[in-house]
Amino acid sequence: MIEITVKIVNKAGLHTRPAATIVKLAAKYKCEFFIYRDGLSINGKSIIGVMTLAAEMGSEIKLTFDGADEQQACDEIVAYFERGFDEL
Amino acid sequence: MKSFKDIYKNSENKIAGIAAAPGIVIGQVYLFAKEKLEISKAPITDVAEAIENFQEALRQSKKELNKIFGIAREKMDEVRAAIFEAQVMILDDPILIQNIESRIAKEMIQPEFIVADEISKYQELMIISHESYMKERAHDIEDIKHRIIRNLQKKRWQSKIETNLIVVSEALTPADTLLFSRRETLAFVTDHGGLTSHAAIISRSLNIPAVVGTHNATQLIKEGDTIIVDGFHGYIITNPSYEQLHFFTEKQKKLQEIQKGLEEFRDQPAVTLDGKEIKLEANVDVTGEIDVVITSNANGIGLYRSEQILNELGVFPEEDEQAIIYSKLASRMYPKFVTIRAFDIGGDKFRISEYKEPNPFLGLRGVRFLLENETLFRTQIRAVLKASENKNVRLMIPMISTLDEVWRCLDIIHECKSDLKREKIKFDNHIKVGIMIEVPSAAVMAKEYAEEVDFLSIGTNDLIQYMMAVDRGNDLVSNLYQEFSPVVVRTIEHIVKAAKHSKIPVSICGEMAADTLAIPLLVGLGLDSLSMSPNTILYAKKIIRNFEYKKAKALAEECLQCKTEIEIQKKVKKFFDENNITRTRNII
Repeated sequence: MIEITVKIVNKAGLHTRPAATIVKLAAKYKCEFFIYRDGLSINGKSIIGVMTLAAEMGSEIKLTFDGADEQQACDEIVAYFERGFDEL
Repeated sequence: MKSFKDIYKNSENKIAGIAAAPGIVIGQVYLFAKEKLEISKAPITDVAEAIENFQEALRQSKKELNKIFGIAREKMDEVRAAIFEAQVMILDDPILIQNIESRIAKEMIQPEFIVADEISKYQELMIISHESYMKERAHDIEDIKHRIIRNLQKKRWQSKIETNLIVVSEALTPADTLLFSRRETLAFVTDHGGLTSHAAIISRSLNIPAVVGTHNATQLIKEGDTIIVDGFHGYIITNPSYEQLHFFTEKQKKLQEIQKGLEEFRDQPAVTLDGKEIKLEANVDVTGEIDVVITSNANGIGLYRSEQILNELGVFPEEDEQAIIYSKLASRMYPKFVTIRAFDIGGDKFRISEYKEPNPFLGLRGVRFLLENETLFRTQIRAVLKASENKNVRLMIPMISTLDEVWRCLDIIHECKSDLKREKIKFDNHIKVGIMIEVPSAAVMAKEYAEEVDFLSIGTNDLIQYMMAVDRGNDLVSNLYQEFSPVVVRTIEHIVKAAKHSKIPVSICGEMAADTLAIPLLVGLGLDSLSMSPNTILYAKKIIRNFEYKKAKALAEECLQCKTEIEIQKKVKKFFDENNITRTRNII
């Protein structure tokens, strides 16, 4: 299992469009993917779940990946966070 | 025997409304409450069936959203488009679906309750976050929740609605009306709506008696009650007495005899006593109505409301699908013609975008919508052209308000023709293209418009509504919707003159043509054809065959001098009396 903390760097935060993109990216992989925030764990493959996350610019959230293709999934999704959801 | 007046005068148990579609019905009530989303927590017995219903509701919701999304994408900013996309994704959310399905199996209660409960949990999480945009997000989720539940309930209603009932409801959308008509509904009663609300129009065309605008019928009538609906006079009788039941049963018998008597006119032309023939055409709302059109022996279809396909299918059909529908229509009517009106979307008819227009009747509707959504418009034009091979199809554009719109439409049609030629597809290169005159600006400039197109058709419903600045669906002001207003009569005369000047045909396809009282006046104003609900055609024929054109012309000339609606109505009624013409209402 991989555990990693990422920071929200774009101005608009984790709004609906990036939420949808994250779920679409996660759907490509078999591994389990969870997002932790304010003591809640959210299944990263559930769009309605990810949409409950209020994550503004500067906030930090923890991601976990667990499964055979966890490394590839982690690489792609973390990179998307680091690119500020392509909104920088 | 007692008259209707006697019966109603002494009846405490009557509810007054607007007579929207003729007929007398005695039957049991089904109370249809749609607006309030009531969620049932009733237990279920068949888990597999419940899960299948849930999946079907998801599929249906996805179909609806994808269509809206497809159209919205071009027009909306990225943020709104993303919300749509997320909504579509929610319908595929594996975690959500899995949770709901396992709860249905475990708790054995109605899926709609579990859907509401599960999705609400997520909404609560959004609301507690204190971020204002999260509250909006919760609101967006509300829409998808309602959509799934609505589709689940539709399934439930459909299995619950029994046939042969009287539907009593606050309001009915065209889609509801169609849904019920498939269930052999006996009659419709609504709290809201006026004579020309679409529910009223559809019930007339499907021959289902209706009384609308009763204000509070849903509160006074209970499910399972036996009531009498009088679609001629606009009354409902609740808990009828033996005497009332007897009276209305006798009237029903009388009515059947009259209808039999009309049969003799079927194969005769609508010709005045002095030999002027008036073409009687049919307005068609739903495909199922074609049989009625054929038995009515109409001269053709003067108005095919193509947007009804959307109401029936719930989606925009592809080009080929549309071409099949139009071709079938054309070949069933051949050699008589079919006038296909391009999608008249907007206003109260079919809300397509999520953007709520503050004033839809003055908003993006008719040709304005079509020109904004050119891809969709081209798809329809191509489908109509494909159906025109046997040269009995005409195309009509709704809601024209500027000459520029006419030119743009003609350009697009020309381009579609060139494309089809290149693709070696057969069609009628000389297809007649006409416009609706239903906006005052077009009525005033009718002469200039007539020079550009092949025919004009007067849409009186909207024309009157826009001229009198009155919402026809609003029963608080519907008394200002005056068909016999001098303004209306003079405007019709102006349009007819314009068409004759350019030697093109002019017809009238609004509800006014179906008002048998208006027929002599319209004929006198010089209209050569009238398009109306197919079941009115025989009545109209009977009237036309009973007066002279010469006299009708004199009547029209007198009415053109009148200053008030009442004066005109008096003259028209006098005309009926003097020429001994009886109308249905007087007969029964």
